[in-house]
Amino acid sequence: MLTYLLKRVFQMFVVLFMVSVIVFCVMSFTGDPVLMIVPPTATDAQIAEARVALGLDRPLWDQYAVFLRNLLHGNLGVSYMFKRPALTLIVERMPATLELVFLSIVISLAIALPCGVFAGARPNNALSRAIMGGSLLGISLPSFWVGILLIFYFAVEKGFLPSSGRGTTGTLFGIPFAFLTWDGFKHIILPAFTLALGTLAMLIRLIRAQIMEVMRQDFIRFARAKGVTWRSLLFSHALKNALVPVVTVFGLQVGSLIAFATVTETIFAWPGMGKLLVDSINTSDRPVIVAYLMIVAAMFVAINFIVDIVYTMIDPRVDLR
Amino acid sequence: MSGPLLEVRNLRTWFELFRGTVKAVDGIDFTLDTGEILGIVGESGGGKSVTGFSILGLIDPPGRIAGGEVLFRGEDLLKKSEDEMRRIRGREISMVFQDPMTSLNPLQTIGRQIDEMLVLHTPLSPAGRRARTLELLDDVGIPTPEDRLDCYPHQFSGGMRQRVVIAIALAATPRLIIADEPTTALDVTVQAQILALMERLVKRSGSALILITHDLAVVSEMTHRVAVMYCGKMVEEAPTRELIARPHHPYTKGLLGSIPRMAGPRVRRLPQISGMVPSLFDLPKGCSFAPRCSFAAGRCFEEIPEMRVVAPGRKVACHSPVGAEEGETKRAR
Repeated sequence: MLTYLLKRVFQMFVVLFMVSVIVFCVMSFTGDPVLMIVPPTATDAQIAEARVALGLDRPLWDQYAVFLRNLLHGNLGVSYMFKRPALTLIVERMPATLELVFLSIVISLAIALPCGVFAGARPNNALSRAIMGGSLLGISLPSFWVGILLIFYFAVEKGFLPSSGRGTTGTLFGIPFAFLTWDGFKHIILPAFTLALGTLAMLIRLIRAQIMEVMRQDFIRFARAKGVTWRSLLFSHALKNALVPVVTVFGLQVGSLIAFATVTETIFAWPGMGKLLVDSINTSDRPVIVAYLMIVAAMFVAINFIVDIVYTMIDPRVDLR
Repeated sequence: MSGPLLEVRNLRTWFELFRGTVKAVDGIDFTLDTGEILGIVGESGGGKSVTGFSILGLIDPPGRIAGGEVLFRGEDLLKKSEDEMRRIRGREISMVFQDPMTSLNPLQTIGRQIDEMLVLHTPLSPAGRRARTLELLDDVGIPTPEDRLDCYPHQFSGGMRQRVVIAIALAATPRLIIADEPTTALDVTVQAQILALMERLVKRSGSALILITHDLAVVSEMTHRVAVMYCGKMVEEAPTRELIARPHHPYTKGLLGSIPRMAGPRVRRLPQISGMVPSLFDLPKGCSFAPRCSFAAGRCFEEIPEMRVVAPGRKVACHSPVGAEEGETKRAR
């Protein structure tokens, strides 16, 4: 187990190093941030001065070396726009994104598990067909369009849910969360559902396929010959056996939910990391973009590590060397 | 209770497939008394397993039970609701499957899988269930059961897993156990152990046993009576000794003839039944065995032979049974 842990930590550093190199290279191709920072009336001399101040006059490899050195001291750079550390900016907005992602995970699991199991156990049932049709829609419809549609119906037409912002937040462990207040909850429900839709639809299809596969197995028939109830057959025998591939995909999905909350946050003006990223891209705020990508990459690695641990909890045959 | 424990009358289990209807079981009759061991033999695809699953009501679409009666202690199981059947499965009738490698849930401990049976079918307390589980594991010959309760199936060998499966089948002391080729997937050395174990436990518990197999050697050692199936129909039924000594149906004779023997004169080539089992989509018009039968006459290709009693306890479905007349004359003398 210890060797495994060390291996994973080493892997994580390799991944983060690769990401940092790629991000740094790509960043250098995207516009000149100096022009975004200086006032429109700035003279050439002022622009050159700003460039030197930001260290952007140095060659790329030198900039990267500076970035790496700072990184080792826990410093991901200072935002050009906000004049504050990029890491602080991101961490400040992280709770908003995490609560949005968390709620959409809860929504997708709460709907996908029963629907997927049912559709897999009774594939020819009319309701199962309806579920499958619905899930196909959920996969095909782009989330930005669904979000706009939801705003149009619930916020504009009916007017009982707000269209944007985070509303009033409550505090838990000193961190502000929207779902703690009724107003905040009303704000989060639409973006969370919008974000959940794609994952939800895909999970339904995956769970159904896995359940159908497992239900053909001998041990399911043996369990039936034991006189096991239908519910227990599905949820205690079949579902657990169907879960390993589902957990894999789900882990990847959680990563993408965090990373791609961007679109949903933009539509609903949700003050999370994703919105910060979009704003930073618009203003060429390089340190924030780089820091964001590094943090998201680290999260991906961490989630995959958790997925591996979950495997061992589900299946006693899985051994983490 | 008087009357047989199980009486199957004209059972028909059909599979409605795209290519047509497969009559996997087509009008079979047999009875089973309390404590009796019945062997059902035949080649692969003869409908033996389907018969077992039909009794328990575990036929899934595209299969369906097209007709007949399965009278268990006088009640027709085919008329029972799924919920009523669920209470009979495991408690009154349990089953041992062919492949122990796949019949246990890989993600649950052995102890939990036995316990599940006790929770479903006995009023025992948790402590009582644990004691009973240990007793069962001990009965089926698993050493140091306490240490094995929390093991998963993949930590057991095939023979050990089949012992666990047998422990599960016996857990609720059912009146009938259906064993579907219980030793086919096991090593030869383990086969004999498992069979001896089953025989001993079945006799001790007083359960009846239906032993489904293609292995006539197994049948001859364990069973009281044998029913031979071919292409979904019963072709012969007789007490085991008589069937082995004097088979009446040419198919039974062929099966018996194709067993290699260590004793006796050496044969140059092992006799075999010529031809192949016909496709169940396209059975011959008359007797299904006629195309492979060396005794077949014109009538055999036209008319399906009915099962008829040829001697007390002996039934055969054949227009020209072998050795029957000879047997009768011998008995008359």
